[in-house]
Amino acid sequence: MKIIVCIKQVPDTKGGVSFNPDGTLNRAAMLAIMNPDDKAGLEAALRLKDQYGAEVTVITMGLPKADEVLREAMAMGADKAILVTDRRLGGADTWATSSTIAAAIKNLEYDLVITGRQAIDGDTAQVGPQIAEHLKLPVISYAEELKVEGDSVIVKRQYEDRYHMLKVKMPCLVTALAELNDPRYMTPGGIFDAYDKEVTVWGRDDLKDLDDANIGLAGSPTKIAKASDKVKKGAGEKKVLDPKESVDYIMEKLTTTHVI
Amino acid sequence: MSLLKVEECKGVFVFAQQVDNVLSGISFELIGKAKDLAAPLNAEVSAVLIGSGVKDLADQLAEYGADRVIVVDDPELKDYRTEPYAHALSEVILKYKPEIMLVGATAIGRDLGPTVSARVQTGLTADCTQLDIGDFPLVAVEGQEQKHNQLLMTRPAFGGNTIATIACPGDRPQMATVRPGVMQKLEPKKGAKANVEEFNPGFTPNNRYVEIQEIVKAVSNAVDIMDAKILVSGGRGVGSPENFKILEDLAEAIGGTVSCSRAVVDSGWKPKDLQVGQTGKTVRPHVYFAIGISGAIQHVAGMEESDIIIAINKDENAPIFDVADYGVVGDLNKIVPALTEQIKAAKAAK
Repeated sequence: MKIIVCIKQVPDTKGGVSFNPDGTLNRAAMLAIMNPDDKAGLEAALRLKDQYGAEVTVITMGLPKADEVLREAMAMGADKAILVTDRRLGGADTWATSSTIAAAIKNLEYDLVITGRQAIDGDTAQVGPQIAEHLKLPVISYAEELKVEGDSVIVKRQYEDRYHMLKVKMPCLVTALAELNDPRYMTPGGIFDAYDKEVTVWGRDDLKDLDDANIGLAGSPTKIAKASDKVKKGAGEKKVLDPKESVDYIMEKLTTTHVI
Repeated sequence: MSLLKVEECKGVFVFAQQVDNVLSGISFELIGKAKDLAAPLNAEVSAVLIGSGVKDLADQLAEYGADRVIVVDDPELKDYRTEPYAHALSEVILKYKPEIMLVGATAIGRDLGPTVSARVQTGLTADCTQLDIGDFPLVAVEGQEQKHNQLLMTRPAFGGNTIATIACPGDRPQMATVRPGVMQKLEPKKGAKANVEEFNPGFTPNNRYVEIQEIVKAVSNAVDIMDAKILVSGGRGVGSPENFKILEDLAEAIGGTVSCSRAVVDSGWKPKDLQVGQTGKTVRPHVYFAIGISGAIQHVAGMEESDIIIAINKDENAPIFDVADYGVVGDLNKIVPALTEQIKAAKAAK
């Protein structure tokens, strides 16, 4: 079985966010990590490899620095790594990103493609299903569990108030939730080997089945009109009172606003 | 680039999501917003209703403001599956040529939206919290055509730390998924009727139709926190799952519902469907009590639109006080039970 896992290097938004004076994100000051949903997707692929034997290829599109997450993935156990990087691909929205990654995947053989549900920088959850659409693959999003049975995958697909157990024949694409599993750590030997292994680097010209109209900033249908630091709502009153006075204060507010 | 040309597209469309043949709240919220957007465009609002045996739901969509309901009814559409639904919505778009297509940012919409947008080859903006009609670019730039009457889609990014406004000036439809709980539904007009059109593009199962082996619904009889008028929300500061009792007592006394922060769900104290915030639900109740909640930006993103925010926290530097209308620095274990008693007394005296 051949599995492709799409991963993304993202700024760690959990640890707070740093801004440049002009209001843009100061990525250099923030820790870059493997996107959590993608890491769960990689772990799912590695478990299938442990169980059935599989070749796991990780692929990312980004700046040359994204080489780091590919090395991390190989240190966890991925067999091959591909970095798609080219100035002409920069500024891509989800349409252009998914068109580009789909074109890269068309260069490879695969039974199963796994992506994270969404990345913590953009939070769109769009690139996975859009890759599936470009590749004309069946897609199952929001996977909480994933197993393989013969030539099919069986996925527990999460919704707000229920889950569906879904079955579909490979090839297919699954988007993974971070809840899918607890990703393994890199092993010391794995880290050592990962820096000896080769990362395949593809530029624009290595992606044959891709129209220039669908790449980069120019090939993105959505355009940013304005981006800004979030405007915070002004703070109201803050009182330091003893418990009884606190209760009286809240009661007064609830009464004057006609809540009670 | 899109399959449709800008000049041939007209009308504001919403995907009227239903589950088990019950319309989801987001469907009415989208119609409410679509009415706002349609006015300056001088356009109609069409709801696209997809399912099996769903035609009867059209009247409800009319009562909430839909001018027209396009019904795609087929046995293949009984339960949500990506492929037959994406086929249905894409074919509706290609036939009826909307200018704007809104979809709820639900677990269904966030799968359907990207699939459909890629199929009709247009842009899609995710999880919008604000939609307006305006110019793109916002301010005229020399040497670039300023297009009018564009859909301006505003959304948070980077975990709620930044906010971006996005347009889709050259492709149609302009598509957005919209966060549930943010847009306002209209007061329903009893007896309102819409122009109902049925359309079936034909459904032939292929390799992209997944098989549903089992559907397991979460057993919950709790009120959906998105519908609650008063929320009594607890965070890690509540201290233990047992101690949520004092919040439940307050909620009962004041006629509210208990919700919680992500930390509480992560600790296993409360189920995920009670979680408010970026990765939980967006709520806008009349009154939101934030009790023992520090107010991480991801939490605030899910509750800052509440009418009145009351915070109780022992840490006077907690960021929750930056968004609270009324904040009290103190021990929740002393304040909350006493408040409950006073509310009970006040209600009994009426």
